Amino acid sequence: MTELPLWAAVPAALLLVLAGIVTLVGSFGLLRLRSFRERMHAPTMGMTMGAFCVALAATVIASLLQHRPIVHEWLICLFLFMTAPVTAILLMQSARRRQRGRPDAPDEAE
Amino acid sequence: MSATILYWAGGFALLCFTLGLGCATVRLIRGPGAEDRVLALDTIYINGMLILLVLGLRFEAGLYFDVALLIALFGFVGSSALAKFLLRGEVIEP
Repeated sequence: MTELPLWAAVPAALLLVLAGIVTLVGSFGLLRLRSFRERMHAPTMGMTMGAFCVALAATVIASLLQHRPIVHEWLICLFLFMTAPVTAILLMQSARRRQRGRPDAPDEAE
Repeated sequence: MSATILYWAGGFALLCFTLGLGCATVRLIRGPGAEDRVLALDTIYINGMLILLVLGLRFEAGLYFDVALLIALFGFVGSSALAKFLLRGEVIEP
């Protein structure tokens, strides 16, 4: 790897570490929270903030290495920001409709 | 110096994403409802995509970006199709 200047490498490294921590917290929340309605919120952290931080770090590193602005990582970010609410809305609708038929669902009982 | 910092930061991010994959896999196996499993599958897709992006940064190869874009696309298609199936399947299966 060709040498990056230090003023760019440290923020990029901090962004990568932040993305890792945020995504790990989100996935651990998916494992640990009790009901589905709480669990719904946890992975969206990794979906938005984690992808945003990784894309920003990739933009900084690739732009400085190739001496021209590289922005194609933001395509993934834009796509995720557009599609994550659609999946969340569909999942929540299906969860509500499936729980209406059985009031003693395990999610509500806990 | 800066290459070392980036190497270890990327390694830490990869470790975190892999642990997140493990958490989502446990939820995928254990999840009480079908919605939990779909949500865990979605999380697995996102974590795998982030792993590929960080690997592309580490190896400086442009091919990883295309694979990550395809994974994001298929993750959305798969999880929304499964959620749609769950939404309609309730009519047939009480």
